[in-house]
Amino acid sequence: MAAQPDTLPATVASAATAPRVPVVRITALRKSYGDHEVLKGIDLDVLRGEVIALIGRSGSGKSTLLRCINGLERFQDGSLTVAGKPLLHDSAMAMRALRQQVGMIFQSFNLFPHLTVGRNVMLAPTLVKRRGEREAMEQARALLARVGLADKFDALPEQLSGGQQQRVAIARALAMEPQVLLCDEITSALDPELVGEVLRVVESLAQDGMTLVMVTHEMHFARKVADRVLFMHQGRVHEAGTPAEIFAAPRTPELQQFLVNLALPPTA
Amino acid sequence: MVEFTLWDIVRNLLMALRWTVALSLIAFLGGGAVGALLLCLRLGLGRATARAIGLYVQVFQGTPLLMQLFLAYFGLALLGIEVSAWTAASVALTLYTSAYLVEIWRGCVEAVPKGQWEAARSLAMSFGEQLRHVVLPQAMRLAIAPTVGFLVQVIKGTALASVIGFAELTKTGSMIANASFKPFLVFGCVALMYFVLCFPVSLLAHYLERKSHGRPA
Repeated sequence: MAAQPDTLPATVASAATAPRVPVVRITALRKSYGDHEVLKGIDLDVLRGEVIALIGRSGSGKSTLLRCINGLERFQDGSLTVAGKPLLHDSAMAMRALRQQVGMIFQSFNLFPHLTVGRNVMLAPTLVKRRGEREAMEQARALLARVGLADKFDALPEQLSGGQQQRVAIARALAMEPQVLLCDEITSALDPELVGEVLRVVESLAQDGMTLVMVTHEMHFARKVADRVLFMHQGRVHEAGTPAEIFAAPRTPELQQFLVNLALPPTA
Repeated sequence: MVEFTLWDIVRNLLMALRWTVALSLIAFLGGGAVGALLLCLRLGLGRATARAIGLYVQVFQGTPLLMQLFLAYFGLALLGIEVSAWTAASVALTLYTSAYLVEIWRGCVEAVPKGQWEAARSLAMSFGEQLRHVVLPQAMRLAIAPTVGFLVQVIKGTALASVIGFAELTKTGSMIANASFKPFLVFGCVALMYFVLCFPVSLLAHYLERKSHGRPA
């Protein structure tokens, strides 16, 4: 936690006090690829310190929604604000400011293969936040220690296991001190025995009060860590609620069917 | 008639070799600079620019270098611009090289996975920072072998400058062959010199490829 001495306690404090402020506010968001509408009017407020799990079948729009939040996907209609600032695709300045607030972790890690682990973490803070070499290095070491990879500073990504690479990616995203972290199926590309180490890191972030929006197929994890679960179906938030409501008492037949297909009966 | 010894032949060819090397360097440095500029324009600006540069590439790849040399030499003269064989050859080879290099390099940039751009973008890096710190270092590693390989093509391509009267290795070779009546010996020497020039370049390409593999940039 050495890397974020001020922000996280503050987040924890504000998470505990009502009324909570939305970090991300999505209003009537619509997105289509050509004639095919993939998001058909999404409304979502992500509160500070909240952990949101997006679940649903592939093609339901959950990854697209996540990618809209940091501008990797353009949407045609509706509005999206992060920390009160609207997302403006055509303003490079606004996008740069917004993306500093929104961290993202990808399914395929996307570490920079030509840079060492330490440099992967240091690159964006030195370029974007104009942080000095020493300061950035100390921060990178602290973050790598936090994800359990203190000894890998000088390693190359290709020398690490998938689970280790994903933890580096988490450290890299945290180095920008984002207000909200987006996780796009971050364990889907991992061997089963490596999933746990990544999820433990994410869980510890959640406990420290980090705001998380994650697309996940790990239902046990969603049930355990999420404050709110959103079931997406055909480009809409079809059902939303606490993990208990969603997993133990699904109301819509689509969600019931989805859970049955996962071999995760609602009574479990 | 003058008797040519082997040394006479080799000495004259070596003198001419300088111009082949000089022309190759001009073509490669000039073509590299123009190619890099075109690549940046193609990546950074919109679709219209990309299409215009695509057309430029097609024009230079779709016509013989020989014609480009003719056009640069005689065409510019027709327009009232008097150019030396030097200038014409330099301009034609520079444009020709740039057209190939921009295409080679574009392929290398596109070979860098989309996820690398996305990761850099989501870390709030500007387009220039994404290109400079994330994409180009990876693309450059991919580009080394084909780029240096293409340098060999350029060196051999300079032989065509002989048709506009530029006295490089090939032109000098044919002049000596005509005067000495030993065409096989002379052109044998010419071929050997091209080989001596090109072979180390190929070796360099292999070396650089191995050396850069798996190392941080």
